[in-house]
Amino acid sequence: MEAFTTHTGRAVPLRRSDVDTDQIIPSDWLKRIERTGFGAGLFSEWRADESFVLNNPAYAGASILLAGMDFGTGSSREHAVWALQDYGFRAVISARFADIFRGNALGNGLLPVQLAARTVERLQTAVEQDPTLEITVDLVAREVRGADVTASFELDDFTRWRLLEGLDDVGLTLRHEELVTAFERTRPAWLPTTG
Amino acid sequence: MGRTLAEKVWDAHVVREAEGEPDLLYIDLHLVHEVTSPQAFEALRLAGRPVRRTDLTLATEDHNVPTTDTLLPIADPVSAAQVEALRGNCAEAGVRLFPMNDPGQGIVHVVGPQLGLSQPGMTIVCGDSHTSTHGAFGALAFGIGTSQVEHVLATQTLPQRRPRTMAVTVEGDLPPGVTAKDLILAIIARIGTGGGAGYVIEYRGAAIRGLSMEGRMTVCNMSIEAGARAGMIAPDETTFAYLAGRERVATGTDWDDAVAYWRTLGSDPDAEYDHEVVIDATTLTPYVTWGTNPGQAAPLGSPVPTPEDYADPAARASAQRALTYMGLTAGTPLSEVAVDTVFIGSCTNGRLSDLRAAAEVLRGRRVADGVRVLIVPGSMLIKAEAEAEGLDEVFEAAGAQWRSAGCSMCLGMNPDTLAPGERSASTSNRNFEGRQGQGGRTHLVSPEVAAATAVTGRLTAPADL
Repeated sequence: MEAFTTHTGRAVPLRRSDVDTDQIIPSDWLKRIERTGFGAGLFSEWRADESFVLNNPAYAGASILLAGMDFGTGSSREHAVWALQDYGFRAVISARFADIFRGNALGNGLLPVQLAARTVERLQTAVEQDPTLEITVDLVAREVRGADVTASFELDDFTRWRLLEGLDDVGLTLRHEELVTAFERTRPAWLPTTG
Repeated sequence: MGRTLAEKVWDAHVVREAEGEPDLLYIDLHLVHEVTSPQAFEALRLAGRPVRRTDLTLATEDHNVPTTDTLLPIADPVSAAQVEALRGNCAEAGVRLFPMNDPGQGIVHVVGPQLGLSQPGMTIVCGDSHTSTHGAFGALAFGIGTSQVEHVLATQTLPQRRPRTMAVTVEGDLPPGVTAKDLILAIIARIGTGGGAGYVIEYRGAAIRGLSMEGRMTVCNMSIEAGARAGMIAPDETTFAYLAGRERVATGTDWDDAVAYWRTLGSDPDAEYDHEVVIDATTLTPYVTWGTNPGQAAPLGSPVPTPEDYADPAARASAQRALTYMGLTAGTPLSEVAVDTVFIGSCTNGRLSDLRAAAEVLRGRRVADGVRVLIVPGSMLIKAEAEAEGLDEVFEAAGAQWRSAGCSMCLGMNPDTLAPGERSASTSNRNFEGRQGQGGRTHLVSPEVAAATAVTGRLTAPADL
């Protein structure tokens, strides 16, 4: 996993709430067995509309998504995270994320930053007024800075450390393999196997 | 202080806990399908890691499979390659797989319960958000992403933060003609699509106790549509009766031990929840969705809502966008909305009792002219059971299409899709834009409403036939 320490870049305002993962990456794209190349499918239905914000040349090359409330609802498809990363996003800022999306993002080094709705709104307004404005997402300080906004965000120490180091969970868990084996010896006999 | 059902199941699966770190949870059952697993198997292969517990892993082909001409090769080469990848991965790793046309094949969340694999007190995961279905048995069951699929394949564990708990208590009995689907749509409309975020929901109260296991699965299935990763119902005699005698369920003294343990799982009387919601079942009526997320639902007897009535600007904008996409006008009675297609199936409502309920409505009636009706059983076993009861004949006599098992039009990854602008009444779980096909418009309904809608061609409850 790519490490995340601090990132400064331009941001796209996506003023829609309840953006589900079917919109982020439609199911046609889920038939692929690769992990790369999903950027072309990002928001593909909405991008068919010329007026969609990602089609605005002023936001080309932006790497931070300023999303509405309840971002990433619905399907568990990790392809949504892969698509955002492949397109060039390093962080998504929203007032609330769906749980599975948030977990998938954290597992891939796409930083989901939760800020108060009014702070997200201020940032959206700021980049609408000046698309060249840069925003810094600082994981070391757990802080977002940009426009006239300095806002701290919460992320637990362990997850922060894992992201700063770029460590993947499987490797971390395998350090405790003897505990897994010991737990397995305590499982009751009536538990089912798949046969 | 007492503990909730969710807390008891959680505590029984903690392999490792450390200050400041997520708990490492043991996973009792890992269900796998073709869409979210190929990249996980590939990552294992690259790292040279085996599947740790093939005996706790089960795979089925469901999302991509066609529901007609299933003996022919899959026509879409990309879908075919994905199904082939699953077959190769399962063969290489030694994971049991139900391929297309196998009598055990079906939707992953239908297959687990019908085998008796989904049991009280277990932890169950799958790379699919509707894994919450299995919570109907009192299991802690939740959907995961592909990296987590890889993690479970490699370690049979998952690092997880302890969730908060929410009680949704449904008091009183559901009135006649009101189903588990109507209940969960009403609950989501109340909580909102993000209201359950960070929580495990426990459904309780008289109306929940009165539901069959299949009804409970319908309720828990859609927990994710309220933002909760998991929904749970404490096991009781209904649960035990459903499980007894199924293929993967213990027998003899092991069964007795299991039941004795299961009886201890219910939330303690003094357990505290982080949040509580109370719903009065007695006032509910059939519900349908009018918008583009499952929280945008209303009684079938009400009009399409007016966006200006929403105080919250984001909800107003969302409603406005939804009505534009759905091609609906505020104030139109929902019962006057005409559909082109009716879909009865999915992990939400593709079980035998759902098919029986639809057949009851369609028996001796005809599908309205110009309406396409797809009836897709949740598994090959359900297909066989339905045919043994003659339900297929009822459907075909009414003019509906009787199909083979799979996810089908719930998400349109196979050839069963809506054309742009087409409108469906669907017993599935998501009315997102384009979910059933690009430009398609979806109204979520119960099997009973779906069948009655097929007869009239517009959103209709059986009582109004």
